Amino acid sequence: MLGKDGDVTVDLTHSPADEQFRTRARAWLDAHVPRTPLPSLETAEGFAAHRAWEAELAADRWSVVSWPERYGGRDAGLVGRLVFEEEYWAAGAPGRVGQNGVSLLAPTLFAYGTPEQRARVLPPMATGEVVWAQAWSEPEAGSDLAALSSRAVRTDGGWLLDGQKTWSSRAAFADRAFGLFRSDPGAPRPHQGLTYLMFDLRAPGVTVRPIGRLDGKPAFAELFLDDVFVPDEDVIGEPGQGWRIAMSTAADERGLTLRSPGRFLASAARLRDLWRDRGSPGHARAGVADALIAARAYQLFTYAAAARVQEGDRLGPESSMNKVFWSELDLALHETALDLLGLEGELADGAWAEGYVFSLAGPIYAGTNEIQRDIIAERLLGLPKGRR
Amino acid sequence: MRFLLDADQRAFAASLHAMLTAADTPAVVRDWSRGDHTSGRALWSRIAEAGVFGLAVPEEYGGLGPHPVELAVAFVELGRHAVPGPLAETVGAAVLLGGPPLAGRFLPGLAAGKDVATVAAPGGHAVDGDAASLRLAPAPDGLYLSTAAPGPVRRSLDPARRLTPLAPGGELLAPAAPYDRALTWIRLATAAQALGVGLALLDRTVAHVRQRTQFGVPVGSFQAVKHRLADAKTALEFARPLLFGAAVSLRPAEVAAAKLTACEAAYRTARTALHLHGAIGYTAEYGLSLWLTRARALHSAWGTPEECRELVLTEGL
Repeated sequence: MLGKDGDVTVDLTHSPADEQFRTRARAWLDAHVPRTPLPSLETAEGFAAHRAWEAELAADRWSVVSWPERYGGRDAGLVGRLVFEEEYWAAGAPGRVGQNGVSLLAPTLFAYGTPEQRARVLPPMATGEVVWAQAWSEPEAGSDLAALSSRAVRTDGGWLLDGQKTWSSRAAFADRAFGLFRSDPGAPRPHQGLTYLMFDLRAPGVTVRPIGRLDGKPAFAELFLDDVFVPDEDVIGEPGQGWRIAMSTAADERGLTLRSPGRFLASAARLRDLWRDRGSPGHARAGVADALIAARAYQLFTYAAAARVQEGDRLGPESSMNKVFWSELDLALHETALDLLGLEGELADGAWAEGYVFSLAGPIYAGTNEIQRDIIAERLLGLPKGRR
Repeated sequence: MRFLLDADQRAFAASLHAMLTAADTPAVVRDWSRGDHTSGRALWSRIAEAGVFGLAVPEEYGGLGPHPVELAVAFVELGRHAVPGPLAETVGAAVLLGGPPLAGRFLPGLAAGKDVATVAAPGGHAVDGDAASLRLAPAPDGLYLSTAAPGPVRRSLDPARRLTPLAPGGELLAPAAPYDRALTWIRLATAAQALGVGLALLDRTVAHVRQRTQFGVPVGSFQAVKHRLADAKTALEFARPLLFGAAVSLRPAEVAAAKLTACEAAYRTARTALHLHGAIGYTAEYGLSLWLTRARALHSAWGTPEECRELVLTEGL
């Protein structure tokens, strides 16, 4: 029977401290969020404007609220971070140009980096002074990431990188990159003998060739690496252990850190406003309601995940459900918006165009949704492995 | 902020699951579908003894409640085991009859499982009127206790839901009743039941595709099969937090969102379950049918998708 009479333990009320934190965040954002949207962060001009915005956030310690204070954060915790993000996106604040570093590299450094690496890498990441790009995929290694062939060869005091990376988000304008390289070509299995490294995109031997995404903006790039020197201090974790380290980063990416619920709550609210402005047409009613509901579901799912993490659980394969859910939610939400806009929906400079183009990539990056469904089926449901 | 079931709540779910597993609910459902309520009433008493109906009844009337979160926990298990009978309606009746003059007369019997109550849906039938000892009919001028015998049973797509029209009139219990609040509780219970139905369908289908072999391998190793099940799992797991969030707030729009999402996830899972079982799943005889048909019936019961979306759009989440 029920143990504790009247004791509500499933609790969705924020602590007074979190509510005060929310109030302070809201006040700061009210005073600082640019009145007119910044240019697209996938352009040179927009990238610079977004970098300056990161510096403005960081000056008052709002850029990485969940990090320890010594690296520029506020020790706000997981729930504090979610609260901040709700306020951030509700305020219509700019996209985060430092996202790749903050959501992918930083958690890896917190888990596997040395104190020296954290002290050196994290503070300039927090201010936007150094913007990071990811360098995972290669021409012959996409979903099958372990097939990657770019090499890291031992040299005096470090490693020499050779090979080609591609679909490297933000790399057209970013400063540094992180990724996996094959350091032991003789390892018996493809997942073995990989090393996780950070490197300078302006180092000798690096050629960055920007790639125009669907709307032509250079949102990602190819990287050609020709004997690029990386000092030992830029290896994360043990050489040869890169796959395990990267997969823990990948679970973070799909899980709590890459797409915060606040973003979709804000988009769904904007969609509802658009729908009302257009006279609440019946054809979009279901799409609008479903976007509101899905954003709320994602928020609550994330709060439950945060509670588990706080009690010592690790996010495992269930973060694959997260990734499928938010990427499909984002796409459906933007498609409903374009439907509501009618003929205007076609305009490339329309208010929803940038978000729509971005949402199209969601089911592809951070591990395609097919890879996620395989993970859900095999690791959550226990179905046998088979041909993909 | 701690949005997780605690150990007591999980233990409550586990004990109900064990009790219902031992009760051979599929046989009870078959009896109930034929109009034989004996085994169903025996199971009803055990569910009441476990405290389930008391969760909607205050202590002073023999209950333990109100405990909407625990109620949701319990109803997930009832759905998982396809328990027949007007379960959500009995919860709704406890809310409708929860005011002082009526509560003392009716609530102790509901909490103890002595009474089985049904509530007529607006403009529709009452489910299991032939099995219920209390048949409530909300009307514009008040809440009636139907005293005439219920009309002839009409068959539902779910044979275990025996739909009966209630004759107008009867005893006027109260000129006004908290119908909206009762509807919220019924919807919450229905959402929880639907989630349980979906989870059972998923479990059974996963077990099936692991052991069913074609082309020399388990069909569950095929990506086309895996991905349908992965989608079912994802839909159900995102309905779960909406359900418990709604149980915490009891806001009508949140409950409507949970109802819509849980029922949609359960129904989509039913379609997947049917398809992946192949022809055997399409038979009335095979046990899967108990959950397949329930998923569709709950989808339209107590709030169509359209009504639920309307609440979300007008009241917000």
